[in-house]
Amino acid sequence: MDELKQVFLQESNEQLDALEALLLELEARPDDETTLNGIFRAAHTIKGAAGMVECAAVESFAHVVENVLDRLRNHEIAVSTELAALMLACTDQLRLLVADEAGVADLATEEIQARTAQLLARLGEFGPGGQVAASPKVVDPGVQRMPGRHAGHNCWHISVRFGADVLRQGMDPENFLRFLETVGNIRHIETLADGMPAAAAMDPELCYLGFEIALESAADKQAIEDVFAFVRDECRLAILPPDSKVGDYLELIDSLPEDSLRLGEILVQVGALTADELAEGLRAQAAPASAGSAPEGTPIGEILVARQVVQPELVAAAVAKQTQVSEKKAHDAKLIRVPADKLDHLINLVGELVIAGAATSLLAHTRRDGELIESSSLLTRLVEEIRDASLQLRTVQIGETFNRFQRLVRDACKDLGKDVELVISGGETELDKSIVEKIGDPLMHLVRNSLDHGIESPAVREAAGKSPRGTLSLNAYHDAGNIVIEVADDGAGLNRERILAKAIERGLVDPDVHLSDREVYDLIFAPGLSTAEQVTNLSGRGVGMDVVRRNLQALRGTINVDSHPGQGTRLTLRLPLTLAIIDGFLVVSANRSYVIPLDAVVECIERPVTEHDRNYFNLRGQVLPAVCLRESFKLPGERPTRESVVVVQYAGQRAGIVVDRLAGELQAVIKPLGAIFRHLQGIGGSTILGSGEVALILDVSALIKISGQAEQRLLARPEQRSA
Amino acid sequence: MSVIRRAFTEDFTIYRVAEIKPDLLEVIAAGERIELDLAQVERIDSAGCQLLMLAKREASAAGKTLAIVAHSPAVQSLIEFYNLAAWFGDPLVVAAQ
Repeated sequence: MDELKQVFLQESNEQLDALEALLLELEARPDDETTLNGIFRAAHTIKGAAGMVECAAVESFAHVVENVLDRLRNHEIAVSTELAALMLACTDQLRLLVADEAGVADLATEEIQARTAQLLARLGEFGPGGQVAASPKVVDPGVQRMPGRHAGHNCWHISVRFGADVLRQGMDPENFLRFLETVGNIRHIETLADGMPAAAAMDPELCYLGFEIALESAADKQAIEDVFAFVRDECRLAILPPDSKVGDYLELIDSLPEDSLRLGEILVQVGALTADELAEGLRAQAAPASAGSAPEGTPIGEILVARQVVQPELVAAAVAKQTQVSEKKAHDAKLIRVPADKLDHLINLVGELVIAGAATSLLAHTRRDGELIESSSLLTRLVEEIRDASLQLRTVQIGETFNRFQRLVRDACKDLGKDVELVISGGETELDKSIVEKIGDPLMHLVRNSLDHGIESPAVREAAGKSPRGTLSLNAYHDAGNIVIEVADDGAGLNRERILAKAIERGLVDPDVHLSDREVYDLIFAPGLSTAEQVTNLSGRGVGMDVVRRNLQALRGTINVDSHPGQGTRLTLRLPLTLAIIDGFLVVSANRSYVIPLDAVVECIERPVTEHDRNYFNLRGQVLPAVCLRESFKLPGERPTRESVVVVQYAGQRAGIVVDRLAGELQAVIKPLGAIFRHLQGIGGSTILGSGEVALILDVSALIKISGQAEQRLLARPEQRSA
Repeated sequence: MSVIRRAFTEDFTIYRVAEIKPDLLEVIAAGERIELDLAQVERIDSAGCQLLMLAKREASAAGKTLAIVAHSPAVQSLIEFYNLAAWFGDPLVVAAQ
C-alpha cells in the first residue's frame, strides 16, 4: 500500500471519531450550527481524502452522506432521532469501508456492499441528495447547484447609492444600469430617492438616486463590480451573491488549502468579496471615528456584514476555516507521529542502559573508588530521568478510551429502553499506551454489565424512588504508582442471595460455607456464572467477568467489587502505570535476591528473634500478617538471627514480608517469566541486577492474598470442627 | 379645486434641470391638481427623472395631486426602466405625435 493511502486510512479514522463525537453532540443540541458545520466538514474531509487516494467505495458513500448533511445544514430537513441514528450507522459503515480498503475488515466484501446498499436506501428517504452514481468510479465533477427554492434565489443583489457629483461629471446612473444588462439579466429594479432633501435644499444637478437591483447573472462578483468601475469611488456599492452561490462559496472555503490566510483574503479568494470591498472594509476598520459607524476594534467580518457585502454565514465559514487552519498548525507543531515499535525499541535500550548503569555503579562501589562512585551516581540519576521521560512518551490519556463509551452507552440505552447518563472524570489521567489498548475490552464488558444488569429501567427506578435517569460514571486517578479506574453505577446493586444460589447450583461453592459479602461478590468473576435471568445481546451469557479478571491479571492488575443493594455497584480496577520498568526495593533471603515494587513498600523494621515462629507481627500496636519468604518459597539454609520485615501495602491492605537482609533501592527492568512459570503465585517477573544476577520480582498482591488465605484456613478449621 | 395643466417641451436633462426646477415648484404651488404633459420632452436623463420624483413627492407632501398625463417615448422608457411607473401611479399613454 502506498504511503498516501496509509496516511488516509489513519486520518480518516480520526475524522470518523470526530464525526461520531459531533453526531452525539448534535443529538444533545440539535440547533447548534457549529456542530452541524463541524459534522459536514468532517464528512466532507473524508470524502475529499478518499477521492484523493481513489478509494471509490468510501468516496461515493461519503458523498451521499454529505448530501444529506448538506440538506440538514440548510434546514431543508430537521434533526431527528431517526436521522441521528442513521448518521451514526453511516459513520460505522464508513469505518467498515475504510477498514475494507485497508484489508482489515471483519466482514466479507459482499456483506459490506449489502450494508452499503441498505444504508443508501435509507439515506434516500432524506431527499434527493440521497441518490448515488450508478458506478462508484464516477467522481463528482464539481460543486452541485441546489435547486431553486424561490424566485430571486439565483439573483445577485446589488445595492448602489450614487455619489452626489456623478451627474455633474457627466455620468448618468442609467448608463451603468443599462451596462449592467450586458453581464446579466436585470430581474428587478427598485429606484430610491430617500436621500433627496426638501424642495428648497434640493439641487437638481446633484444625484440623490439609489437602486436596489436583482440581477440574474453567471458572472462572478468582480465582473459585476467592474460595471461600476468609473463611479466606484463615488458611490456606495454592495453586491451580495445569490443564495445559491453561498453554498458554492462555503464549499470553496472548505476546499481551500490550509494556509494561514486572513479572513478577508479567504473571502476574496473564493470570490465572495472583491479586493475593493475588502480594502474599503479595512479602511473603515482602521478609521472608525471618522466613519462613525464601527466602534474601535470591530472585527473585519462584522464590518463586512454590516456593509452588506457578504452574507454572515460566509464570514462564519471563513472564520471556522481560519480556526481550523490555526488549530491544525498548532496541532502539527505539537505532535509528531512515531511508529510504536520505534518507541518500544527505545524503551528496550533504556532498560539495557539501566542495567548497564547498575553494573557500573556496583563496580564503583566494590572498588571503593570515591570519584567513580560520584560520577556513576550522577549517571544513575540521568538514566532515571531518561527512563521516566521515555516511559512518558508511551503514555496516553485515558480520556479517549472513556469517550468511546459515550456511543456504546447511547446505543445500549436505545436497545434496552433505559435512560443512562455517562459521567466521565479523570480523563486526563495518563497511563502506558500498551495498557490502554488492553484495558479497552475489559472496560467495555464492565460498562455493558452495568448498563444491562446494574441500572434498572426508568419505571423500576421511579418505583424505587430514584431519578428515572441512571448514572454510570467512569473515573480514573493515580494512586501509589498505580492507575485506578472506577466503573460505578447507581443501579440495583448486586443481588447477594441470587449470586450465592447460582454459585451453589453450579457447584462453585459449598452450601455449608459461610462467605463474607466480599467473597460472594467475588464470585461474579467465576467462569460460567451469570445472574441475569435473560440473556440479552449485551451480556448475560456468563462469559465476560472471568475474562475481564484474566485480562486484568495479565496486566498485573486487580479488580474489586463494592456493592450496596439499591444504591449501586462500584468496580475498582487497579493497574500498574507501566509494564516495562519499575522502581524496586531489593531484598535478600538465603542469598537470593528478590525485588519488591517500591510503590508497595511502606517501611522496614527489624524483627526480633522471638517472633520467628509467628505468622504475624506487631507494628506499633497494629497486628499485621507476616509472610516469610524463606517459608513461602521453601528456601534452604538457617534463618539468620536478625531478620527484617518490609511492610507493604496494596489496595488498602497491609502485610509484612520477612526477609534476611535489605539491599536498597534499584531500578528493575521487568523481564517476563516464561510460559511454564505462568502459574507461579507470588512472583510477578524477573529482572537482571547490575551484577548480572537474576532477581525475582515479588507480586505483592498475590503474596498478601496467599497469606490471607492461609490465615483464613487456619481460622476456618476450628469452626468446621465445631459444626 | 383648481386643476393646472402644464406642458413641458424642454429636455429633462442635467443641462436644463436647474431651470426647470423653479418652474415645476411654481406650478405645484399654484394648483390643487397638477397635470404634467411631457409628450414633447425629447430627452430625459436621471437628473430629470429625479426632478420629477421631487415634484411628485412635494405635491403629495402638500396634499396635492400630481399626475403625468402624457409621456414621450423617452420619458416612458426611463420610468419603466427605473421601475417607477407604479410609484408615479400614472397610466402610461404615449401621446400621439
